[in-house]
Amino acid sequence: MEKAIVLAASAIGAGIAMIAGVGPGIGQGYAAGRACEAVGRQPESAGAITRTMFVGCAVAESTGIYGLVVALILMFANPFIGKL
Amino acid sequence: MASEQVVSAGPSVTGPKIVFDFEVLGLKINITETIVIGWFIIVVLTLVILFLTHNMSKLKPKKKQVVAELLVSTFKNIVKESMGEKNLHYTPYMMTIFMFSIFGSLISLIGLRSVTADFNTTVTWALMTFFTIQFCKIKTNGFLGYIKGFGEPFIVMTPLNIISEIATPVSMSFRHFGNIAGGMIITQLLYFALGSVSKVIGISVPIFTVGIPAILSVYFDLFSGFMQAYIFIMLSMTFISTAKE
Repeated sequence: MEKAIVLAASAIGAGIAMIAGVGPGIGQGYAAGRACEAVGRQPESAGAITRTMFVGCAVAESTGIYGLVVALILMFANPFIGKL
Repeated sequence: MASEQVVSAGPSVTGPKIVFDFEVLGLKINITETIVIGWFIIVVLTLVILFLTHNMSKLKPKKKQVVAELLVSTFKNIVKESMGEKNLHYTPYMMTIFMFSIFGSLISLIGLRSVTADFNTTVTWALMTFFTIQFCKIKTNGFLGYIKGFGEPFIVMTPLNIISEIATPVSMSFRHFGNIAGGMIITQLLYFALGSVSKVIGISVPIFTVGIPAILSVYFDLFSGFMQAYIFIMLSMTFISTAKE
């Protein structure tokens, strides 16, 4: 009975952890929009702007990845089962 | 009433397989897939480099020497842009990490498990950068200046400064590992789902797994692997150059 509760709670927790994907979506979309604006204003530096945008997006993605790692741990390497 | 339980095998998402293990002084050491594939990459890269740099000449370079010189000069430019002229001696470290990271991620195109999809790999590199940063800080400011630096600008900021120092290797390692391992898991789930589609229709050969995963692997393996390697060394260079001033 306890195992069922722990498994169910882990599954729900993994789903809630993925709500952290909202943040990078908004942030990177905003960054991409500003990069498009900048390229529109100065088309000859499109290469440098695109590279800088990618670097910024990859750093902003980290908090979304933290949420993914928590969800993966809950789904595939659940530490709470062993404590039962 | 006998209840029919349908047990279907899920996709196998596991850590790297242990190839063999041995005991040294009571400590159990596991040799995993990651170590074996990592050494394979090291040996192949070393042979390629030895081939490229064999019989170099100053006045009449052959094609392979031009390729090697192009690689080194590209990296020297990247390091010079990010860290400045006086830090060019970090080029071998950055180039090594970049090469190992990108080949470690791209090895999944051949079917082997990515070296960087194992958290041990990325946390090792992040800790190497972390200790380099701390060492550079101590060398620039002296040991007392280093301790005092945690109290800048206000003494109450000390716990926040310590946490932000520890967050550097944690975030670098998790970012790299999470991207590559997440891509690997999504690819495995996709293979499993496409294989199940064939089984449901009744065809015994999983024909739907041909072609569609290859399109996704352009993003997950090629783009993501290259970007994460590039981001890792860019962040390392930024932190180390900040620590040196």
